[in-house]
Parts: sequence; structure tokens; C-alpha cells
Amino acid sequence: MPSPPPEIWGPIKLTIELATITTLALLVVATPLAWWLARSRAAWKEAVATFVSLPMVLPPTVLGFYLLIALGPDGPGGALASLWGARTLAFTFTGLVIGSIISSMPFVVQPIRNAFAAVGDRPLEVAATLRASPRRAFWTVALPLASPGLLTGAVLGFAHTVGEFGVILMIGGNIPGRTRVMSTAIFDFVETMRWREANMLAGGMVAFAFAVILAMILIEKRFAKARG
Amino acid sequence: MKLTAFATAFLALLTSLPAEAGGVTHVAVAANFTEPAREIAALFKQKTGDQALLSFGASGAFFTQISHGAPFEVFLSADEARPEAAVAQGFAVAHSRFTYAVGKLVLWSRVVDVTDGEAALKAGKFAKLAIANPIAAPYGTAAVETMKALHLYDALKPKIVQGNSIAQAFQFVDTRNAEVGFVALAQLYGITAGTRWEVPSSLHTPIRQDAVLLKPGADSEASKAFLAFLKGPEARAIIERFGYALE
Repeated sequence: MPSPPPEIWGPIKLTIELATITTLALLVVATPLAWWLARSRAAWKEAVATFVSLPMVLPPTVLGFYLLIALGPDGPGGALASLWGARTLAFTFTGLVIGSIISSMPFVVQPIRNAFAAVGDRPLEVAATLRASPRRAFWTVALPLASPGLLTGAVLGFAHTVGEFGVILMIGGNIPGRTRVMSTAIFDFVETMRWREANMLAGGMVAFAFAVILAMILIEKRFAKARG
Repeated sequence: MKLTAFATAFLALLTSLPAEAGGVTHVAVAANFTEPAREIAALFKQKTGDQALLSFGASGAFFTQISHGAPFEVFLSADEARPEAAVAQGFAVAHSRFTYAVGKLVLWSRVVDVTDGEAALKAGKFAKLAIANPIAAPYGTAAVETMKALHLYDALKPKIVQGNSIAQAFQFVDTRNAEVGFVALAQLYGITAGTRWEVPSSLHTPIRQDAVLLKPGADSEASKAFLAFLKGPEARAIIERFGYALE
């Protein structure tokens, strides 16, 4: 089999970069948010939870449309871009990261929140009686106990970003090496009837999705066993 | 009691919807022809009672769908190559193909002055130039040909952002995410914002837009009537008004 041309490798590399950066950013943002959602008694926290979950239900076109405006010269994205002399965050890798963070957020927040909720009050109370500060209790007790949830969230966030299509199609501009990721490259190959290339990427995606879901099931099983 | 009244009214509304007697044709329309196609379909319905249900997208995307059995009955492409291929490959009815419009390419900007488009492209005082996907959309092909004819393609290439169809290229310029872009003149109908430069037709292959009757519509009276109407004086007046040339 001939080695894949750069127009195959480019999107694969870019997709992995995008998903990795998005996942890391999501863990940083989603973990404290999930902690707050799990622990807070604020009456309006479910409203926040609902807002975070919206991308799960909304069509990507809705996100894409608002992102195109928000990232543009009239929106906050344009203001941010002007810091380094650009006019818009659309058509940039940064723009794709922002879009991916928003659209993958619910898939990361939900499992982490559930994991924090499952930890319950008891271990934290015990930590407190042992004179652990709340901060220390979070890092040494809650976080390790919730680690399966974090792992699940990270895997789901990564996988969902790899599978993101509609948002990227609408704000990406299809630039090789910068915004042409696997999903949009497949769309392009199919539209231009390059079946062989489409097949290579699409087949890879199927294998990847299979591996991710299988890994999730195995992780789940292993932790269930460990919990006894 | 109230509920029954409501239900009856609702049912009456539902049953009244398909009450029109005319036939229906499913038409795949190249994105640049969206607005004129809407007007033509409205007039067509008014005159014949038949209904044309329009889908809009990139010609290349439609061709792929049609070659895989999409249930479109009429195809209004943005080029002549795809309808020709549809006939050659047996997806369309032989001898039904004709040119319904000749498109005009425009450089448009809401940020910089492109009244002298050639000079503006040479000066390159913009970060992003939007075009339609040159492989899937004929207006994108014409845009690339134009830049090549001006010997500016290599210089401009890093600034190019592609819309999936000409509609998306328009959207990129309209939201000012891209400062300049190549769009179809028809898309600028009724728009006064920004500056524009009509690309001389000598700079690219003419954008002859062909219509064709597809196999699923071979026996559909409504589809044939729609194509006949498209050739007629009323439709041609609309097409011309939107800035297309006619053959």
C-alpha cells in the first residue's frame, strides 16, 4: 500500500493537535465547573448546567452561526484578535479550539460532575476532621476518587472534538494545515469524488471510534471491578 | 369541548394544506441562483399551480448526491460540465440540457475599496480572501482562474479561505470575517453595502450555467413544465434582472 499523501496526513495531524489542546483546556475549565455543579447548593446552578449542556442538543449550525459572528470583527473574538493585529478569529486554529471547547464542553462536564457527586460528603468530612483544608481535601481526596470520571470526560471530549464537523465547516474556511481537519477533509473528498482518499480517512475514523468506545467500556468495567 | 373544537380546527388546517391540485417537482439549485430560483418558483406556482421544491447547495455536492440516487428531478447547476456528465453517465435525460444563465463573478468587500479590483488584489491590503471551493463550485473555479490570469494566484494563495459553496463565501464577506471575496453578482442583488468590481469575463472561462432534466423526473409533467417555464420570457426577465447574461 502506498504511503498516504500529505493531504491525508495534514488533516490527521491537525485533528490530533486540535483534540489534544481542546481536551487539556476542557479539563482545566470543566473540572472546577463540574465541582461547583456537584457541590453547590445554589438554586440557579441547574440553569448553569443546562446552559453548558445546550451544545448537546443544538444543531452545530446554531453554534457555527453564532460563533461566526462572535469570532468576527464585530464580536468579542475580533476584539481579542486585534491584540495581535488580526481582525477575526474565524479561519484560525485558535477559533477552532474555542468552537471545539464550547461544543465538547457538556461531554466533559457531565461525567466529571457525576464522579464528584458519587464521591459524596463523607470522604471530605473525614478529610476535614483530619485537618485537611478544603483545597487539600479537593486535591488529595476528591480528585483521585473522581479520576475515572475525569478519564471518561477526557476521552469523550477528545473523541467528540475529533468527530466535530458542522461547527468547523462553518467557521473554518477549509485552509490546509490550519483549519482543514479530518471530518471536513472527508466532506471535501466526497464532494469532489475522490473516493480513495475519503475512504482512507473515513475508514480510519471508524476504527478510531470503535477503539474509543471499546476503551470506555473496558475502563468502566475495570473501575466497577476495583470498586468491588 | 374546547379541545375537540381545537382538534377539529387543527385537522381542518392539516387537510387543507395539500389541497392544491398541481404537481410537485424537486429541484437542486446551485447556491448562486438561490434568489432568482425562489422568484421563478413563486411565479411558476402562480401561473401553473405546480410547485417547485427547491434545495440549495454547491453544484459539486449535488452532482455527487445525484450520482448516488438523490431524488431530484431537475438540476440547475452552476456550470455546464456537471449536467453534461449527468447526461453522459445516464443520470439525466438526453437532450434536455440547456444554458439558463451565464453567471458573472464579482470581487466584493465591505472593508477595503475594491472598485478597481485588479489594483486592490495587487495591493493585497487584506488578510483573508473568500472564494467558493474551486473543485466543488464553479464560481470558485472562476475565481482561481481570474487570480491566475492576473498572475496573482501564488501571492494570494495564503490568504484564501474557502466556503463550501458560493453562499458561504458570501457569508464570510458579509460578516466581514474575510475582508474581500469573490461572489456571484446575483448574490449582491439589492445590496448596496461595500464596494465591488465586476470581473471582466475575459479573465475566466464563461460561467455557463446549465439545467437538465434528471432521470427521476423523466415522466414528471411538473418537472418538464418547470424547465419549459425556465426557458420562457417571464423567467428570463427575472434571471436578467439578477445580473446574469442570457444566451
